[in-house]
Amino acid sequence: MKVVVIGNGMVGYKFCEKLVAKFEPGTYSLTVFGEEPRPAYDRVHLSEFFSGKSADDLLMAPANWYADNNIILHTSDPVKEINREQKTILSHKGLTVEYDYLVLATGSAAFVPPIPGVDKQGVFLYRTIEDLEMMTAHASKAKRGAVIGGGLLGLEAAKAMIDLGVTDTHVIEFAPRLMPRQIDDSGSKILQSKLETLGLTIFTNKNTSCITGDESITGMQFSDGTSIDVDMLVISAGIKPRDELAKAAGLETGPRGGIVVNEKMQTTDETIFAIGECALFNGMIYGLVAPGYEMADVVVATLSAAEKAFAGFDMSTKLKLIGVDVASFGDPFVPAADCRTVVFEDTMKGVYKRINISTDGKYLLGGVLIGDAAAYNMLLQTTKNKVALPENPEDILLGSRGGDAPQGAGVAGLPADAVICSCEGITKGAICSAVEAGNETLDSIKKCTKAATCCGGCAPMVKDIITYTLKSQGKYIRNVVCEHFNYSRQELYYLIKIKKIKSYDDVLDELGHGDGCEVCKPVVASILASLWNEMILVKGNDTAQDSNDRYLANIQKGGTYSVVPRIPGGEITPEKLIVIGEVAKKYNLYTKITGGQRIDLFGAHVSDLPAIWEELIAAGFESGHAYGKALRTVKSCVGSTWCRFGLHDSVSFAIQIEERYRGLRAPHKIKSAVSGCIRECAEAQSKDFGIIATERGWNLYVGGNGGSKPQHAILLAADLDSETCIKYIDRFLMFYIKTADPLTRTATWLNKLEGGMDYLRNVVINDSLGINAELEAEMQSLVDNYKCEWKEVVDNPELRKRFNHFVNAPEEKDPSIQFEMMRDQKKAAGW
Amino acid sequence: MSSTTTLTEVHWFFACKTDDVPLNGGVCVKYKEEQIALFHFSRREEWYATQNMCPHKHQMALSRGMIGTQNGEPKVACPFHKKTFSLEDGRCLSDEAECSLKTYPVKVEENRVYIGFYGGFDKLSLTTV
Ligand SMILES: Cc1cc2nc3c(=O)[nH]c(=O)nc-3n(C[C@H](O)[C@H](O)[C@H](O)COP(=O)(O)OP(=O)(O)OC[C@H]3O[C@@H](n4cnc5c(N)ncnc54)[C@H](O)[C@@H]3O)c2cc1C
Ligand code: SF4
Ligand code: FES
Repeated sequence: MKVVVIGNGMVGYKFCEKLVAKFEPGTYSLTVFGEEPRPAYDRVHLSEFFSGKSADDLLMAPANWYADNNIILHTSDPVKEINREQKTILSHKGLTVEYDYLVLATGSAAFVPPIPGVDKQGVFLYRTIEDLEMMTAHASKAKRGAVIGGGLLGLEAAKAMIDLGVTDTHVIEFAPRLMPRQIDDSGSKILQSKLETLGLTIFTNKNTSCITGDESITGMQFSDGTSIDVDMLVISAGIKPRDELAKAAGLETGPRGGIVVNEKMQTTDETIFAIGECALFNGMIYGLVAPGYEMADVVVATLSAAEKAFAGFDMSTKLKLIGVDVASFGDPFVPAADCRTVVFEDTMKGVYKRINISTDGKYLLGGVLIGDAAAYNMLLQTTKNKVALPENPEDILLGSRGGDAPQGAGVAGLPADAVICSCEGITKGAICSAVEAGNETLDSIKKCTKAATCCGGCAPMVKDIITYTLKSQGKYIRNVVCEHFNYSRQELYYLIKIKKIKSYDDVLDELGHGDGCEVCKPVVASILASLWNEMILVKGNDTAQDSNDRYLANIQKGGTYSVVPRIPGGEITPEKLIVIGEVAKKYNLYTKITGGQRIDLFGAHVSDLPAIWEELIAAGFESGHAYGKALRTVKSCVGSTWCRFGLHDSVSFAIQIEERYRGLRAPHKIKSAVSGCIRECAEAQSKDFGIIATERGWNLYVGGNGGSKPQHAILLAADLDSETCIKYIDRFLMFYIKTADPLTRTATWLNKLEGGMDYLRNVVINDSLGINAELEAEMQSLVDNYKCEWKEVVDNPELRKRFNHFVNAPEEKDPSIQFEMMRDQKKAAGW
Repeated sequence: MSSTTTLTEVHWFFACKTDDVPLNGGVCVKYKEEQIALFHFSRREEWYATQNMCPHKHQMALSRGMIGTQNGEPKVACPFHKKTFSLEDGRCLSDEAECSLKTYPVKVEENRVYIGFYGGFDKLSLTTV
């Protein structure tokens, strides 16, 4: 069987790939002619050429792939004639090749409207790598740009211009709104205002009448009499199928272009097929890759005498335009009479969501998502598979408000034949079987099924399916830290302790493999700190710290840091208050009282941090560890010293406790509070450990939490004297530190602890594990080893050096940092 | 632009001394009006340079990120929302829809670290929207 393919674009390539996979070597010959100078590349990700990808990076397969698979590829050699009598083709360079079957995959070209002046220099198309290279060369001289066409490609071209440094760019759309084919009016408006805030100027209802300039473009005139000055223009006004070769060979083409094909992709000559963007099926051109790939599959099936027909294709799309999510799925424009519509709109955030639901409320018909398209995959699957909607259909858009998660959401509800990766046509069933066969990570699923390898949009859903399948197989999903350590945090803690390892690199060498990552580094760094309580910035461990720990401050929006001195129990003298005020003034910091009864100073440049701390430390302050997974604050009410109800001195006890556990590093942050009586003004029951005064002593509560999932702390022991109370806290905290998973608060830890509170009480109070003496000794050594980290940095010139923004210009601050004013103080500029 | 012409146009900018950069960590280098994140992956005896700006929320932060590997591929995690990017080709590893980082060649000669810029081409590196 002799097969010739004309066109080596995305779809032509995919055809080759599928043919090679289907047929035994030696049973066919395959010759491919491509007009472009290089083998097929990924046009969908063409714009990444501007963000650093090279032409080679974009190749669909390396140049040697063709030879390795016995494919003869002629690049830079367009076919200029088809001889259907002789069944041969003639190439531009004069080659004549015979075929049994001919596949036209000639794609499309940019449609150029007949505007006078389109031939001027500085006017470009946006389709090939060569187009992009020419744009790059011209852009260095250009200042003001424009794009004709506000569709998907036009907006992508506008983004490319901005990337090229032409920041003053206009988009000119003939229709009354952007992306008229994919999204509705309101969605367009939101998209437009969002893009405008990002710096694009957008004109709708504008018809270009001519392009002005001598040799090079200098401006554009519009039919409404207005004009603009531009020195660069990209035309992206639609596509025109490349059907010229087919037409000349007498094959039927459509009135507005495109090679007419049947459901087997055969043209009016049954030995000639057309696939991809040049094919006209049922009066429609499919301008996306996924349907093109499906067409390639149909032809390979037909050649192997299998039954497969093309049945049209879903044109749902999701993309990110200049950082704004845009998606449309199913039928976004169902007329109001035939559906119920749910719309969610937030003009502040620039989010618009619309779903169309069948009039009986049972099925999803389609919709539009702008600004936040996280739900796209799920909504698309729900539409395509006619998954029954929950009782309140709006839940799938807005999330369930109260009650259980909506049914029908989640991958479990999808049928096995639901197509998850539409680019490659991979079903949920295929992914599940691949997982069952042992491919349990996204990477291995990508390799063996090709799912999520093209546009990547389905990757999150593929991950969900992997987890779902593993769970339904009853597989124990072991909580190993990450790919570098085959241990849980608890196992690591014990091993590091037994082996007495003190640095991250040694832990990795002895217990892990590879070179570490942002998951295991902070976990190990935290374990080392919990075990040995050494200065966390010692050489080697410094870069294993989470970024906030590495700078001993919390990074805030815009890249500045916040400074939080410790104010034990929330008690502070007027002198110290004045120092905070003076420091804040001197370094121009925003000040706010925190929920933990201390004062947060925001907006510090990284290079100011050591100087700020030097002044604070001189006045008697120390680090508040607000940046660490460590003890934060021990809040207190005023207690018996002033309050008429107070039973004991809650402030003194809070200070004692805060000073005991300051700097204690743990799997997550720890908060505490002490109240002077049962009225609980310090809200101790919402803390990791909370203490409330009673007539006879203190009640100790543990496992409380504020945050997104509030939970009340549970009584561990009642009426304790101060000494016993501290003993129990020592044991409780140490036991938590040794056994919790990373980033697990005490509340979650306690919820998951087998045996729950009874078990904990047995360990901490009855010493059921016989470890209490050890727990107390360990805590005592941490307490004894405490030093203020900031003091050590302030006193150490080597460490101070790390607090500069530019390594080669230490005196300069980050010039990109911006502030805005609000109520007489500064705030970080918006994202 | 073919790779040979680009290579001949490369201009080596002296960034800092080797021991100005923390082991297995990064620093930010000022080059003209640009900010470059320079990393010393000392565990692998490798040096990398990328744009300092995280494309996610346009924060000048990558030099302060943690570095590591994913399936043997070196990467950096942004301190803000922990998106990770390949140090080899700059693509985002944690979110395929995210933009890629621009990467630069690095060479070390006698404890001096140099970052390579392509003539006239570095203008494209930083997206300013
Ligand atoms: C910037 C951009 C962004 C895009 N983004 C997306 C997206 O996000 N999602 C999506 O699904 N789609 C997207 N598309 C569309 C997608 O790229 C096309 O649907 C896909 O490339 C069509 O593949 P094809 O093989 O049919 O055509 P093409 O990729 O155009 O390939 C056709 C090839 O045939 C060659 N050829 C033509 N005539 C001859 C001849 N006589 N002899 C030899 N060779 C010939 C052409 O030079 C070309 O190389 C995008 C397109 C562009 C330009
Ligand atoms: S908790 Fe009791 S002691 Fe403390 S302030 Fe409130 S009422 Fe007074
Ligand atoms: S700013 Fe870098 S991940 Fe968000």
